[in-house]
Amino acid sequence: MPRGTVRIDRERCKGCGLCIAACPQQVLGFSGELNHSGYNVVHMERPSACVGCAFCAMTCPDIAIEVYRQKVPAQS
Amino acid sequence: MGKRVLLRGNEVIAEAAIRAGCQCYFAYPITPQAELLEHMARNMPRLGRTFVQAESEIGAISMVYGAASVGVRTMTSSSSPGISLKQEGISYLAGSNLPAVIVNVVRGGPGLGDIAPSQCDYFQATKGGGHGDYHMIVLSPSTVPEAAELTMLAFELADNYRTPVMILADGLLGQMMEPVELPEPIDPGTIPAKPWATTGAVGRDPNIVLSFDLDPEVLKKMNLDLQEKYRRIEAEEIRYEETLTEDADLVIAAHGTMARIAKTVVRKAREDGIKVGLFRPITVWPFPYEALRKLSERVPTVLTVEMSAGQMWEDVRLAVAERAKTPFYGEMGGVVPTPRDILSEVRKHAG
Amino acid sequence: MQVETENMVKVFSRPQSLTDAKSTYCPGCHHGILTRIIGKTLDELEIAERAVCIAPVGCSVFAYSWYRSDAIQVPHGRASAVATGVKRADPNLIVFAYQGDGDFASIGTAESIHAANRGENITVIFVNNQVYGMTGGEMAPTTLVDQKTTTTPDGRDPALFGYPIRFSEMIAQLDAPVYITRQALFDTRRILDAEKAIKKAFENQVNGKGYSLVEVLSTCPTNWRMSPIASNKHIADVVTEVFPLGDLVDRR
Repeated sequence: MPRGTVRIDRERCKGCGLCIAACPQQVLGFSGELNHSGYNVVHMERPSACVGCAFCAMTCPDIAIEVYRQKVPAQS
Repeated sequence: MGKRVLLRGNEVIAEAAIRAGCQCYFAYPITPQAELLEHMARNMPRLGRTFVQAESEIGAISMVYGAASVGVRTMTSSSSPGISLKQEGISYLAGSNLPAVIVNVVRGGPGLGDIAPSQCDYFQATKGGGHGDYHMIVLSPSTVPEAAELTMLAFELADNYRTPVMILADGLLGQMMEPVELPEPIDPGTIPAKPWATTGAVGRDPNIVLSFDLDPEVLKKMNLDLQEKYRRIEAEEIRYEETLTEDADLVIAAHGTMARIAKTVVRKAREDGIKVGLFRPITVWPFPYEALRKLSERVPTVLTVEMSAGQMWEDVRLAVAERAKTPFYGEMGGVVPTPRDILSEVRKHAG
Repeated sequence: MQVETENMVKVFSRPQSLTDAKSTYCPGCHHGILTRIIGKTLDELEIAERAVCIAPVGCSVFAYSWYRSDAIQVPHGRASAVATGVKRADPNLIVFAYQGDGDFASIGTAESIHAANRGENITVIFVNNQVYGMTGGEMAPTTLVDQKTTTTPDGRDPALFGYPIRFSEMIAQLDAPVYITRQALFDTRRILDAEKAIKKAFENQVNGKGYSLVEVLSTCPTNWRMSPIASNKHIADVVTEVFPLGDLVDRR
C-alpha cells in the first residue's frame, strides 16, 4: 500500500510536465493519451512510490491534481 | 425660502455635489476649475467623505471607476486637456454601465489653448471623445443657480440609468459669482439600491464589473443593451428652454453661458423692434432635435451662437435641415462675444 | 491504475475560494500557480466574501473569472488607481490588484508609484515575466539585456531601449509601503516561500497596516520559446541574477 496517491483531472491537465519534474519519487509521467483539448495528460507511472508529498499538486498551474495520504494511526 | 449666498460657479458645483450625496471625489488641479477642487479638499474630509488629489486626470477617472463600481456617488472635475486624458476611463464607465459625474469647465483649445472660457469641447462631450458606441448624458448650465440644480440632477440621472453624466460648464460660469439658494441636501435613503455593485460577495454570487467579451455575439448584445438605454434616455430626459419663440422672426440657438448672453440680446433686439427668440438646449446630449425641428417649421432663421468654430451648429443643422436658414456666429480662443457683437449678427440675418 | 483511497485522507485540493472555471493560461504558465496561492490565501484568511479582485489587461484579463469574489476589469495600467477608488469607497473590502509587467511597470507606472506613495491599504501582485504575453511577445520594461522579443528581434540593446527596470526597488525608496518582496515559483521551496509572502501581503491589509507589493518572477514558456521546465530553470539561473529574490521592505 503506497503512502500516498494522486487524482489527476484529465480535462484540466495541459501536459506541461512541471509535476513530473517536481516529484521527488519519479511517480509521474506522460500517459500518451490526449484529452479533449489535445494535451498529453500526465498519469502515475509508478504509483507505489508515491508518498503523498503534494509537490506535484503545488506546482500544477491548472490545479488539476488532488493528493491523498495514508491516515497516520493514533499513538496509544 | 432658503438663505442666498454669493458663490462662484466652481464652488457651487462642488457644494451641490456634496448636497447630492457625493461620497468620493477624485481630481487633479487644472485652471480654471481650481476652486472646485479646493472646496472639495476643505469640505469632504470633515464630512467623513473621500477627497484624493490624484496623480493625474487619468488616475482620477480610474479612482472614480473604482468608487463607482462599489456603488457610491462619485465625481471628478477637470478642464479640456484633462478631460481629453479621461476619455478611455469614460468609455469604460459607459461600457460597464457605471454611474459617475464628470465636470468639464471648458477652456480655449486645442492643445494647451488658454485659460479663458470656451465651448469647443461640445463634440468631445456629445459625439464621443472616447472610443466605441456610447454616450454620456451632457448637461449645460447657463447660470450659477442652474449649475447647482443640474449638478443635483446629474447624480440622480447617473444612478437611474447607470451611466456617466457630464456637466459641460465653461471658464466663464466657473469663475462668475452670483447669488444662489443652495439646494437642500438629499436624504441618502433616496439613493437607489445598487445590487450590481462590488460590495463584497456576501450571501450572493460574485458581481463582475466588465465591459468586455471576446465573443462578438455577446459584445453585440452588450452594445444593443446600451443602445436601448440611450433610446430610453432620449425619450425621457431631453431638456430645453424656449424664450419668446412664439412670434419670432429669428431664433438664436445657444447653450450654457452663451445662452445667458443671448437672453440680453433677445431683450435688446425686441427693444429695437426685431422679433428675436432663444432656443436653449439644457441637455446637449440627448439633443432636443424634435423641438428645434418643430420650431424651424415656422421660424425662417435659426442663428447658432457658440464660443467655438461651430459644433452645436452641426446638431442645429441636423434638426433644422432645409426648413430654415442656419447661419452661425462664433468666437474661438477664449474670446467671449458681447451682446453688441451678437446683436449686429442678428441684424444682419433678421432682414 | 487507480490506488484505493479508502484508508487515506485528502491532503490537497482546489481552494474553495476559486471557481471551477478552467484555466485559460498556457501550459506551464506560472499565473496558474499564483492564482491557486491567492485562492488558498483567501481560504485561510476567510476573506473571499469581502475581497474584490482588480483584473488588468493582459493574459490575466480573465482574473475576474477565477475567484468566488466580486471583481472589476479595469483599463490597462490603472489597477492601482482603481483599487484606490474601491478601497477609499469601502475600506472594509479586501482589494487586490493583479498586474503584469506592462500593466504595472509601463503604462501604469504613475498609478503604481502613487498608490504606493499614498500608502493605500491594498495588496498589489505584480507578475514579472519579462515580456508582454497577451499581445504576442513584445519587450517589457523588465525584459533582460540581449533577450529576444518581437520588438527586440536582435535582443534588447541597452543603447536603444535601456535596461530591465527593478520596479520593486524603486518603490522601496518610498516612505509609505509596509511590505515589498520579490518571490518566484520555479520549485517547491520557492512556491512555499511565495505562499508565506502572499499571505503576509493580504494579512497586512486585513490588519490595516498599509500598502503591500509582491513581485512574482514568472515564466512565459510560449513567448520565451522554452518548455515549461526549461523556463523554470531560466528563472532559477538567469532571471534571479537581475531580479534578486527576497524582502525589500518589511515594516509591519
